[in-house]
Amino acid sequence: MALKRNVNLVTGLRYQGKGPMLTYILHRVGGLGMVIFVAVHILASLGGGTAGVFLNTIYEHWLFQIFIFFCALFHVINGLRIVILDLWPKLIEHQREAIWLEWLFFIPIYGMAVFVIVRTALGG
Amino acid sequence: MTAKHRTVSLKQRGFDFETTMWYFTRISALAMYLCAFIGLVGALIMGARTEMNLADLIRWTFMPAVTHVANSNVPDTAPWATLFWKVTGAVFIFFAASHGLHGLLSVIEDYLAIPWLRRALRILVLILTILMIAAGIYVLWTA
Repeated sequence: MALKRNVNLVTGLRYQGKGPMLTYILHRVGGLGMVIFVAVHILASLGGGTAGVFLNTIYEHWLFQIFIFFCALFHVINGLRIVILDLWPKLIEHQREAIWLEWLFFIPIYGMAVFVIVRTALGG
Repeated sequence: MTAKHRTVSLKQRGFDFETTMWYFTRISALAMYLCAFIGLVGALIMGARTEMNLADLIRWTFMPAVTHVANSNVPDTAPWATLFWKVTGAVFIFFAASHGLHGLLSVIEDYLAIPWLRRALRILVLILTILMIAAGIYVLWTA
């Protein structure tokens, strides 16, 4: 296996991939966020005890809910775009439009959820 | 000038971990959309009369376990602790754990170039996946 990286991290960070690159990064961040959350959540309910109760209070915090729902919803919507475009490769040429469409779905749904979460947090 | 694509038929290609998992990632994503859709419909039916709140609806959509609606205004959760929902949840856990942990592996492998460590990580992730599926299904069925 010849694994050589010809691009260092600084050059990689300076890459200007714009919209598609942003979805790529957010997809990874969202995926990792969910893996860590779900793994800890399962282990907490398996173990229980004071650690489990403590972790539950974190999950129920409104800031955490805003974060994890961003992870989940973005990963779900972006994932659907990836699945559709990968299984029908001819559609790749419409990738940019697909990404615009994606934000068109994401922003209202996420905005509504954040509104409800914040309203509940403020005691409404 | 048109470049000719060099393609090898699936049979000639043989088994390839990356390609197999590439397909698996997409197929499992589709399976999870189905599970989440079933969960969403269930949550809407469950909370239709009691005006269930958004958090409970989302929790049931992503994992149909009765503990997720224990503190909600659903009058009786017993009809929702059926075999159907447990199987749906178990299928969801299977796909979520294998999809998610393979995603974790592919993110790590993007930044890790040491061959033996990559091989060791693959085995570790496989073991972790089996353990997490077992733990998840155990928690779900005994809840």
